[in-house]
Amino acid sequence: MLEQIVGAIIAVLVALSACIAYFWGSNWLLDKFLATDNSQRSEVVTRRDGLRDALRPWLFLAPALLFLSVYLVYPVFETLRLSFFSANGAQFLGLSNYVWAFGNPEFQQSLVNNLLWLLVVPAVSTGFGLVIAVLSDRLWWGNIAKSLIFMPMAISFVGASVIWKFVYAYRGPDQPQIGVVNAIITGWGLPPQNWITIAPWNSFFLMAILVWIQTGFAMVILSAALRGIPEETLEAARIDGANDIQIFFTIMIPQIFGTLIVVWTTITITVLKVFDIVFAMTGGQYQTQVLANFMYSWMFQRGDFGRGSTVAIIILLAVAPIMIWNIRRANAEEGTR
Amino acid sequence: MSITAPVTQGTERSPTARITTRPRRLFADLTVSKVAANLALLLIVFLWTFPTIGLLVSSVRDANQLAVSGWWTSLATSTQQGQDRLGSADQQVEENGQFVLRGTIAGAPISAFGNTSRDAGQVPAGGTLDMRQGGQLTVAENGDYVWSSPTRLDFSGSPRVYFVSAVRPRFTFENYAAVLQATGLARSFVNSLTVVIPATLIPILIAAFAAYALAWMQFPFRGVIVAVVVGLLVVPLQVSLIPMLRLYNGFADIFGTAPQGYFGVWLAHTAFGLPLAIYLLRNYMVGLPKEIMESARMDGASHFQIFTTMVLPLSFPALASFAIFQFLWVWNDLLVALIFLGSQSDQRVLTGRLIDLLGTRGNNWELLTAGAFITMIVPLIVFFSLQRYFVRGLLAGSVK
Repeated sequence: MLEQIVGAIIAVLVALSACIAYFWGSNWLLDKFLATDNSQRSEVVTRRDGLRDALRPWLFLAPALLFLSVYLVYPVFETLRLSFFSANGAQFLGLSNYVWAFGNPEFQQSLVNNLLWLLVVPAVSTGFGLVIAVLSDRLWWGNIAKSLIFMPMAISFVGASVIWKFVYAYRGPDQPQIGVVNAIITGWGLPPQNWITIAPWNSFFLMAILVWIQTGFAMVILSAALRGIPEETLEAARIDGANDIQIFFTIMIPQIFGTLIVVWTTITITVLKVFDIVFAMTGGQYQTQVLANFMYSWMFQRGDFGRGSTVAIIILLAVAPIMIWNIRRANAEEGTR
Repeated sequence: MSITAPVTQGTERSPTARITTRPRRLFADLTVSKVAANLALLLIVFLWTFPTIGLLVSSVRDANQLAVSGWWTSLATSTQQGQDRLGSADQQVEENGQFVLRGTIAGAPISAFGNTSRDAGQVPAGGTLDMRQGGQLTVAENGDYVWSSPTRLDFSGSPRVYFVSAVRPRFTFENYAAVLQATGLARSFVNSLTVVIPATLIPILIAAFAAYALAWMQFPFRGVIVAVVVGLLVVPLQVSLIPMLRLYNGFADIFGTAPQGYFGVWLAHTAFGLPLAIYLLRNYMVGLPKEIMESARMDGASHFQIFTTMVLPLSFPALASFAIFQFLWVWNDLLVALIFLGSQSDQRVLTGRLIDLLGTRGNNWELLTAGAFITMIVPLIVFFSLQRYFVRGLLAGSVK
């Protein structure tokens, strides 16, 4: 074990020295071979200066571009290509993987569930986050409250799943309940339930976990946006006799609308990729399957790379509108800079 | 929009600036809405922390107690029924004309005892119970019993006594010791560390150079590259898994090495972290004062010198933000490790090990809670000690 840690530290040192050696070395080479001084003819100087300036950005960018192309850009196209092929990628199947997917009941189930997740989780997280942000900004202990609500962001999805599986824990009706939900239910005289097996409600119990995690994110971003509202605006509204509710709906919401959208879309992307929670809680059983877990099961448990790729492409298509929207906004911003 | 906006201070700056400008008297503001706001927030905080507290408390409870009572009762004393055997007839001694049998039964502290399992609570500890075999039995709270009779006791075997014992709350770190020893969690902890250190540090330098180029250098296609990076921010990981696995397998075939291992995971995490790293760092670097760069250029400093001596130190807050992000993301990741690190037991990282535990020890909550807390402790420390940078990174990182 110790040698493993030492190995990791050596890897860090080697990798960082390799990086430094590359950046320093390539710049040194560039300066050496395209050096200019006053003894050279002026057009040589101009040409060399120009060449140096043209090449240097690419030296800075090269490692990053290499990583991005190999690990992210190439796989997008390769996955698209594989999605038209058979399990081992040998036989061209045309669109039949897609036809299979949309005819598959488990896939349809995943689509429906993902849609539910998309409707519920971003809305509830953003809503809770907004309410908490507004409340905590007015109270002296607001920062402590925010810190506590924010904490689940640091916990892994798997850890959160264990925490919530304990909340939903089920024992037979004649045994003492150690899960808090069933303890409350039996306290009211109702029979205990094995919550994570009851379709279709179990999907919502899984969503609660993601809401629990993502609310802190929404809260932090929205809280910062709320503080960006000029105090004069709020003061003016108060002088005009607006109450807190009116101020919230007519001033705060419109002022932070852009941020609300950002939070919403960011959580939407997280939801589309959600895998760990379903994997840990139910493994996709009891009708809780979602696309990411469905893809995992076809890719690695059944080893069908063609169908796995098909599902991956469908997830990508679902993310694509947000991606395009982000790029357009980034470009617009670039224009104003 | 960027990290330099005034909103980026995040949670650490309280709205005191606003409050102090308004004179306020004690209790003058204690309106209905204020009380309602306090209560509402209190309720939400309670709901949000309750599950985690449950995990923490359960992880240090006695395993037997955890199995039979809810963690919210862990401070209360509960009762439990038990039984034990008394001594045999030949152990009695004669004392002052009385025949006495003494001994101790297990299960202290005893609150009551009785002859049958149904009547286990018949007589409170210290009281006397008439025995079917003759004589009277007294059981003290500590389990010492005295069975005395004016005549010689005559019975066969060792009669049973039934009792109710009070179970005092017991807190222990045994669960942690058990889960670390029995399940290979210690090994997984080391594996997680092995994955996370290089995977956090390697992307920083690579991204910093790229971000500087995208922020302060002029070259064709710069806008396109920025747009691609923004686009890659949201590409689902799932898309790159199959091609990369095939690529790794191909390399392994050519070089005769194992397709899965730490090297592959480091590189994968580096690549998957790069879009966010470049995006965060570039936004930060763009906001650095232009004048400093230009005057340095006038003095003849090269881009390389400007970057290493000025931009890199100035960008420390953004570097820290990204480092925390990447650390939390890699430490908490399940999918990448599951696929690129392999499925053998000694290669599991903490998240993977916890999944295994859920499958094999799904009802041993003392192990699951302790195990889960072990996986959470490092990110929680990082999170609470460096929350400032984390919040700053979040604010800059969400595409605005």
